Amino acid sequence: MRVLLAMTRPYRWRLAGAGLLAAGTDLAGLALMATATWLLISAAGRPPLQALTVAIVAVRALAVGRGTLRYVERLAGHDAVLRLLTDVRTRVYESLAAMAVPVRHTGDALSRLVSDVDAVQDLMLRVLVPAGAAATVATLAVTGAALASPAAAAALSAGLLLAGLALPAAALALTHRAAARVAPLRGALATDAVDLTAGAADLAAYGATGTALRAAAGRAAELARVERRLGYAGSALDAAGVLLGGATAAAVVVVALRSGASGVTVGVLAVLSLAAVEATLALMTAARLYPGSRAALTRLAPLLAPPAPVAGGSTDVPEADVVARDLAVRYPGSDRPALAGVDLTLAPGRRVAVVGPSGAGKSTLIAALAGLVAPTSGSVTRGGHPMHEYAEQVRPRIVGGLMAEAYVFHATLRENLLGDGDVDGALAAAGLLDWVRTLPDGLDTPAGADGAQLSGGQRQRLALARALLLGPRVLVLDEPTEGLDPDAADRVLAGTLTAAGPGRAVVLVTHRLRGLEGFDEILVLDGGVVIQRGTHVRLSATPGWYREHL
Amino acid sequence: MDPRVLRRVPAARAQFALLGALAVATAGLIVAGATALATVLAAAAEGRLDRGALAWFVAAVAGRALTAWAQGAVAVRAAATVKAALRGELLGAVGQRGPGWLSGQRAGELATLAGRGLDALDDYITGYLPQMLLGAAVPVAVLARLAFADWGSALIVAATLPLIPVFAILVGWQTEAATRRQWRRLALLGGHFLDMVAGLPTLRAFGRARAQAAAVRRLAGEHRLATMRTLRIAFLSALVLELVATLSVALVAVPIGLRLLDGGLTLGTALLVLLLAPEAYLPLRAAGAKFHASMAGLTALDETFTILDAAPAGTDQRAGGPVGAWREIRFENVTVEYDRGAALRDATLTIRRGDRVALVGPSGAGKSTILAVLLGFVAPASGRVLVDGVDLRDLDIDAWRAGLAWVPQRPHLFAATLADNIRLGAPEATDEAVREAASLAVLPVPVETVVGERGHGLSSGQRQRVALARAFLRDPALLLLDEPTARLDPASEAAVLAATQRLAHGRTVLMVAHRPAMLPLADRTITVQDGQVTERATEAAA
Repeated sequence: MRVLLAMTRPYRWRLAGAGLLAAGTDLAGLALMATATWLLISAAGRPPLQALTVAIVAVRALAVGRGTLRYVERLAGHDAVLRLLTDVRTRVYESLAAMAVPVRHTGDALSRLVSDVDAVQDLMLRVLVPAGAAATVATLAVTGAALASPAAAAALSAGLLLAGLALPAAALALTHRAAARVAPLRGALATDAVDLTAGAADLAAYGATGTALRAAAGRAAELARVERRLGYAGSALDAAGVLLGGATAAAVVVVALRSGASGVTVGVLAVLSLAAVEATLALMTAARLYPGSRAALTRLAPLLAPPAPVAGGSTDVPEADVVARDLAVRYPGSDRPALAGVDLTLAPGRRVAVVGPSGAGKSTLIAALAGLVAPTSGSVTRGGHPMHEYAEQVRPRIVGGLMAEAYVFHATLRENLLGDGDVDGALAAAGLLDWVRTLPDGLDTPAGADGAQLSGGQRQRLALARALLLGPRVLVLDEPTEGLDPDAADRVLAGTLTAAGPGRAVVLVTHRLRGLEGFDEILVLDGGVVIQRGTHVRLSATPGWYREHL
Repeated sequence: MDPRVLRRVPAARAQFALLGALAVATAGLIVAGATALATVLAAAAEGRLDRGALAWFVAAVAGRALTAWAQGAVAVRAAATVKAALRGELLGAVGQRGPGWLSGQRAGELATLAGRGLDALDDYITGYLPQMLLGAAVPVAVLARLAFADWGSALIVAATLPLIPVFAILVGWQTEAATRRQWRRLALLGGHFLDMVAGLPTLRAFGRARAQAAAVRRLAGEHRLATMRTLRIAFLSALVLELVATLSVALVAVPIGLRLLDGGLTLGTALLVLLLAPEAYLPLRAAGAKFHASMAGLTALDETFTILDAAPAGTDQRAGGPVGAWREIRFENVTVEYDRGAALRDATLTIRRGDRVALVGPSGAGKSTILAVLLGFVAPASGRVLVDGVDLRDLDIDAWRAGLAWVPQRPHLFAATLADNIRLGAPEATDEAVREAASLAVLPVPVETVVGERGHGLSSGQRQRVALARAFLRDPALLLLDEPTARLDPASEAAVLAATQRLAHGRTVLMVAHRPAMLPLADRTITVQDGQVTERATEAAA
């Protein structure tokens, strides 16, 4: 919360303005009813018409004013909050980009992150601004009433305190209880739903579908029971609000009459009280929404802290081999290393292929070579510098290229290449140039959300062209021909190796053992260790994994 | 209310009727309360306290509080009833139609809907619906009372009231058109942040992560401007509705004030008109405000009915014949069709009790389909499967499955203890039996271990061994193995293989084998290619 408040600083006046406009809207409504009541009761005393003209004009002005104020208020509030949201999005992005250990966001976590950011908008527009406005209205209503009848003002403030403090506090407590009781049940039910669908075959095969269905139905019934009970309590609070409005108005009438207030005053105060309590009940709505946005904000808070300044890192790129010595990587929380004891020297022009079953540590090896993962023991160095100590923007130009899970952005093909230079050359080597030339908009064609406008093969070629365009000293290619038919795969691989040229080292990770004849060295990884290494000629003559899988 | 809900969930009908009755009662109480308060204030204007009218006012307010509570409570009950019923139908559909009906996408959709998707109905049933009922009942009651008190004012309200829905629809169209014009742009800008975060690993790999922060800021700024352009039109609807309501108060109040001056109206009547007029507009505006939030619920409802209507009638409900100790299973010209095409064509093969058959062939050839047919997950489009001459379709499917154990490629584990997971096919099994099955399957984790959703916390090899322990505990006559060692590291593969060997001992086994390591377990090898089966004579197994 504190981090967010610090971020609101530039927009404090805009937000305060929106709050004041909201209060003004409510006050205009209050004043409209009060003035109209004054007009009617005064008119009944048959004064000259002139005595009423101001009130008549005021009623009409307030009627127009209220709607207009509401419109301006909503626009002002949204504008202020969207400005704040721009800062929040940028800050969250910067924090994620600056993380030492990259967090891979799966679909669920990603959509939650986005909705957490959007919760900032709810917190401002539906909790803080209305709460501020309601508090202002309540204060002003009591002040106004005190000028007319202090006794009635006391009755009104009692009603407003209940409506503005007691009921919201109760609503807050109830929402907390609901979150504590309902959330685990909904979670369990969501798990049931996954089990009954994703596990449908296992359940059916073992004759357990009926039991699982009954258990899920039991939990659904339990959830319904809890929701009903909480619903009763929640509706009781709403009912209390209705009762409070009427009771306050009645008390104000009695007290004002006893204290000898004039008939007009009594009527105006009664109508004012009804409207003021109603306006103050907005605090109850805000209290119901607060815990949800608060929880979102708590999840978001670590990402809202101002990111630490970028650690300098070495930015000069001297010409030197990339060398891995006794390289080992163990991921946190894993009981065995993902990679152990790997030695590898990458001199310019060298061609190395890494093969092996999935989960063997191939992707970990290239992540470590690229400095994206720090070694647990051993080292990856270039010219004596550990790779992961190079500045982040330099590293990819030393060891980089097509890494696992190349993402296609919702942008044009050109923007998706993430760089410039010999674009046509890169596209041609990836086998994409002919297709791009057939497009009416060429490279300005949008790739669609998540690259939906591209076929699997086109995505792969785009990612490859991107890697070639980057032009690193060591070009890493993780399954560059995935999703291509065998002939195309051979063509694309050959074209890519040619495009890489003699001055560049290439590390190819592949599960296809075709076309590796020209490689200087082939590493067979299994369970994180190199179980075989050598040229194609040697390995295909030696019993072992490589020959078995040819 | 959606008539499909009333048809599917008869239990909710009475609750919806009660909601309607409560709306009518609320309308009556609003009118009664305003009448009493007008009387109180008219008396107060003369300096006296009308205790009787004040008591009536308080009673009416108390009654309204009661109906407000009842309305909320009944709405919550109705929502819970509808959600529970639809959840039951969705999940029951899976149980009835069997896993063959569930394709990947449908399974995901269904799980989301039955899980959290249906909770979106809350906003619709407890928020929008009661307001709509009030929106129908309250204006009618208010107009009736006004007509009784003062014709002129009733006419003004009656003339302006329809403006609310009319303007709501007109402005709604405008907003929609404006939003549609901007939609692509808004979606692109709104999705940009998500796109950048999702693509962060790639941006990092290209050293572009930090540089893109400026683009995030620029596009978020553009998103704000585009959103504000749309909001300026969208909020017009609220502005118009608010103006209609407040201006009507002015339209009513000023003339009656002037008529009071002439003495053509009593103060009590005038105050009643003033207090009642705004009440006529309130519920419709409140319903309009809640409409947007209820859309997600209506969408969930549509999706639910689409799935339920698309579900074919259950096929597994026949009472079949008993299953004995069979001697032979014969596939006779079996063809299986999936939506994407035939998976098995005219397949004929025989499995005798005690055979250990390996199914080999490229992936997607139809090997797993043979197992699915035997499990009763899919029915042959033509041809038949005979168990000792009796069509599998005519057997009691539960009894038939009780004699099978299936170790799939990706066994599903439930969020529970491993012991409960192993007990899946034998809920009565003792703890010792479970432990023995676990040790036969060389499960390296204690059976008391609790795993997360979808078996989170276990490696693939450990999951595979849990599935083997399930099979051990089931003690089946026929064992169906679907590449149990696929995707395992060498150490796990060896352990799973050894356990599989023990499990296969003395049983009929049908295994889909991809890795050569499995083949020594088999005494027959059947090749499946493009849905067709050919048996090749196996050299004597080592």
